[in-house]
Amino acid sequence: MSRDTLMWRIAPPILRTARRPQRVVERNAIVYRRTPMVLISGFFEPLFYLLSIRIGFGALIGDVDFAGRSIDYAQFVAPALMASSAMNGAVYDSTMNIYFKLRYSKTYDAMLASPLGAADVALGEIMWAMLRGFIYSVSFLVCLVVLGMAESWWVLAALPACMLIGLAFAAVGMALTTYMRSWADFDWVPAVTLPLFLFSATFYPLSSYGDFGWIVELSPLYHGAALVRGVSLGIATWGMVAHVAVLSALAATGLSVAARRVETLLLK
Amino acid sequence: MATPASVRVLEMQMLLLKRIWKTNLTLSFLQPLLFFLGMGLGVGSLVNDRPSSAEALGGIPYASFLGPGLLATTAMLTAAGESLWPVLGGFKWDGTYEAMAATRLTAAQVVRGQFLWLGVRMGIAVGGVAIVLAVHPDTRSWGIAPAVAAAMLCGLVFTAWITAWAASREYDTSFSNVQRLVITPLFLFGGAFYPVDSLPDVLRPIAWVTPLWHGVEMCRGFMLHTLGGVDLALHTLVLVAWLIPGWILCDRFFAKRLYR
Amino acid sequence: MKRFGDFEAVKGIDIDVSPGESFGFLGPNGAGKSSTMRMIAAVSPVSEGVLRIFGLDPAHDGSAIRNRLGVVPQADNLDGELTPLDNLIIYGRYFDIPRSECIARARELLDFVQLSDRSAGRVDSLSGGMKRRLTIARGLMNRPEMLLLDEPTTGLDPQARHVLWDRLYRLKQQGVTLVLTTHYMDEAEQLCDRLVVMDAGRIAAEGSPRELITRYSTREVLELRFGAGQNADQESSLIGIGERLEVLADRVLVYADDGEAALREVHNRGLQPESSLVRRSSLEDVFLRLTGRSLEE
Repeated sequence: MSRDTLMWRIAPPILRTARRPQRVVERNAIVYRRTPMVLISGFFEPLFYLLSIRIGFGALIGDVDFAGRSIDYAQFVAPALMASSAMNGAVYDSTMNIYFKLRYSKTYDAMLASPLGAADVALGEIMWAMLRGFIYSVSFLVCLVVLGMAESWWVLAALPACMLIGLAFAAVGMALTTYMRSWADFDWVPAVTLPLFLFSATFYPLSSYGDFGWIVELSPLYHGAALVRGVSLGIATWGMVAHVAVLSALAATGLSVAARRVETLLLK
Repeated sequence: MATPASVRVLEMQMLLLKRIWKTNLTLSFLQPLLFFLGMGLGVGSLVNDRPSSAEALGGIPYASFLGPGLLATTAMLTAAGESLWPVLGGFKWDGTYEAMAATRLTAAQVVRGQFLWLGVRMGIAVGGVAIVLAVHPDTRSWGIAPAVAAAMLCGLVFTAWITAWAASREYDTSFSNVQRLVITPLFLFGGAFYPVDSLPDVLRPIAWVTPLWHGVEMCRGFMLHTLGGVDLALHTLVLVAWLIPGWILCDRFFAKRLYR
Repeated sequence: MKRFGDFEAVKGIDIDVSPGESFGFLGPNGAGKSSTMRMIAAVSPVSEGVLRIFGLDPAHDGSAIRNRLGVVPQADNLDGELTPLDNLIIYGRYFDIPRSECIARARELLDFVQLSDRSAGRVDSLSGGMKRRLTIARGLMNRPEMLLLDEPTTGLDPQARHVLWDRLYRLKQQGVTLVLTTHYMDEAEQLCDRLVVMDAGRIAAEGSPRELITRYSTREVLELRFGAGQNADQESSLIGIGERLEVLADRVLVYADDGEAALREVHNRGLQPESSLVRRSSLEDVFLRLTGRSLEE
């Protein structure tokens, strides 16, 4: 990460102690080199979802009104699905996996005996979650193209948007994971992600929620889905800035909490 | 009278449930409730707005169409979630089954106990859906009770096959692929969320042989009171035909693994 | 002489470790050895007092200190998701060593710890001794100026211990500074040029194994066993034999420069121990003298 980027300047102070978080990414990449099937099968999941939206729900629903125009239902849902899969991937990577390394495998103890520090561990794991998220997002885009659902080059803009979503959810997920006491606590993860998935204006426009729209706006995934939808349909509004701001704030908070907690848990 | 062996296996597993029942019960209700609200009513409002769609669903609200489907998918998802890692773990990490085999239980009894246990887990989850459906006017029906039974039968088929798969594996590497490449497509294309008629011609016959589709159709038939005697017999027959080989495989793999 | 370690680790006592020296902390479990090691390894903050490693403060330069250290923790924390070879390679990468260099060093070190034939398997399939050797190889990946070993042979069978000692002895010959903790006196005698005896978080004595034995013990020790419950009763009749007596639950130790002479004196007094043994003094005796307790109880 270059030290001149905006991300760096707004990053919480503890993260500035990070030296080479990319080594943590490298370690995870070696592990995954052995099990490529997991990444390959990850490609099919979005394909199945997209197909079912298109041939199933699309046939039942037809068009929806969005931003003053009528668009195909699959066109409306696809970006939100892409955002959701970025969220799910990030949450999956940053919760159970990290809990295992934190409490059982002692992977981080070995890292901390080297020049790496707690901030490297936190940042590195989150960068890894983003990288995996990026791979999934690319395969999602490939699916869109294969199914003829990519309308313009704008869909490429969905990639950085999804990486931001991945960053925000991975950071918050990792921060919360440091507070988990047992595996049973992870049963609650879907209790959070499922309502986010279903009620973030994913499957129908914000206007359908009527008076409850403000609750939906509390959902971080709503901001993610709206951002991806906006950029991939090529609709730029000032609201997008707000979406980016919300996700960035989550990412920064999550990262600094995670780094601090890793430090207290491991550097006793 | 002595307690049947398989019930004793169940009792051991129930000790586990005692520790996690609060989380488990809450989630069992939460998940179908959210799906019903989000998909049944939310997506339903978009579907119901369109006259042509109402026709494709047979003139009923979308929630009435989706509700019964949720019974069957919930049974399947529970079976998949509770029969992959927990079964392999029972052999490899926890030693649960070996402890059972060290008593005088036979492999077949351990398998039956495991199925009973899954029956309890599915019962809780499917029961949660049933309560949600019983509350909403679009899905309230006397057919819920037999539909729950049909969903359980459908779930049992998945329990048998997935347990057999897990029991015959040395590592868990294939498990996430089972979820992603078998369970997810069934969930999405098995007729729970929209009629399989909208699937392309090549896919439709595949849907027709899957146990999930038969489970969904049975549940829907019971709840909408459209299930004829022939249909009922046919669906049951197909599900039983799926169940038997899966069960036999379970018995065989458990025996091989416990008494090799 | 270059000063490598200059730290006020425990209760304000200065310890200097010279290059190539092998330095040990000897003490029973719970004497504060592992916490001291974690502080030296710059992974555990010092709650009070001053600690300097390579002249650097771990609170500010922890990363720079760790860059020059090799660490072998008491509990193996090898990466179970990686092969032995990859364990070494990625560990080298944590130190920013170029990949090709990491591979070369990893192969060389696997050879050194006699694990070349196990480089590709699973870490789980290695025995306890192999894992410990692999951890030592990992600790050497960055060519450390100082290698920290926390209880290097605890939990290993005798044969595995000797293999390990042999490798550590070679390292010592190559000029690597070793700092280790142990509660085995034979290990301390084998490996340490100099050591401190630790008890309840403070340092009880410091010196080379020979110095400590000369200073705190006699040349030889006569061990007498009078049978269960009888040992304490014999103390009064033994007074005057040797320089000093130590009565334990299962035996009486008579400290004397000439053990055989002491034994003759015991027989002359008409005492009939069930068994007797004359041996050289060891660090165990030093520890007993200093703390009044046995090391391995």
